[in-house]
Amino acid sequence: MTAHLDTALWALGRGTGMVALVMFTLTLVLGIVSRSGRAALGVGRFGVAELHRTAALTGTGLITLHIGTLYFDPYAQLKLVDFVFPFLGSYRPFWLGLGTLAVDLLIVITVVSLLRERVGPRVFRAVHCATYALWPVALVHALGNGSDGGALWFRVLAGLCAAAVGIALSWRLSAGYVERGRVRIPRSVPR
Amino acid sequence: MRRLLIDRTRCDGHGSCAELLPELLDLDEWGFPISLTGERDPAVPRSLAAHGERAVRACPLMALRIG
Ligand code: SF4
Repeated sequence: MTAHLDTALWALGRGTGMVALVMFTLTLVLGIVSRSGRAALGVGRFGVAELHRTAALTGTGLITLHIGTLYFDPYAQLKLVDFVFPFLGSYRPFWLGLGTLAVDLLIVITVVSLLRERVGPRVFRAVHCATYALWPVALVHALGNGSDGGALWFRVLAGLCAAAVGIALSWRLSAGYVERGRVRIPRSVPR
Repeated sequence: MRRLLIDRTRCDGHGSCAELLPELLDLDEWGFPISLTGERDPAVPRSLAAHGERAVRACPLMALRIG
């Protein structure tokens, strides 16, 4: 393999991983703010749900490219087993293992989400909660395993992603979030 | 005629269905969908079939069905 191709694979592997992180951050933020279908960003309720889905599938596609290119990258030295079983890799096994763990979660979540009509809302919801584990694991993997993990700009990017999720979560958990709750819960009980 | 069936035990009243099917659904004061056609489960005319399918897919709680 030529050196150029190696560099290209490595760059593609890095780039797709980073964009996937941004996509999953977007997915998570949209999922949090739109839980049970709330409107946001001026695109309506269904618009938020569709953006959430599109961002998730885009991220999943990018991850496929990410692990695909790094498999052929001679420096990363991925083996097929690293796609499924965490913590066996040769290069930074712990951080790579987190990536493998995230991929395992991602596969389960994606399959269950695409089959949500089959599995029913209960299973769908339970499995969907695992995304709250997936995102931090993926973020830590990016910081620890990525060749740019130490670079300032990447730390800033990761910080922005974390801040976006933090803000979305605190808004979601704050009282101001409920759209019609004030209507649904009577303020005073008529005697 | 195929109807839009709303599973009210699943629906949590956040109303993306009414955004997609304003011809058939409105939201009540609490955000739950109500049929505009006078039937409990509104009939979906052929002209709205695609929009109906879309609403079914968009419901975050899988509370809608066309049947
Ligand atoms: S989209 Fe689904 S959950 Fe939301 S109001 Fe309509 S039926 Fe209910």
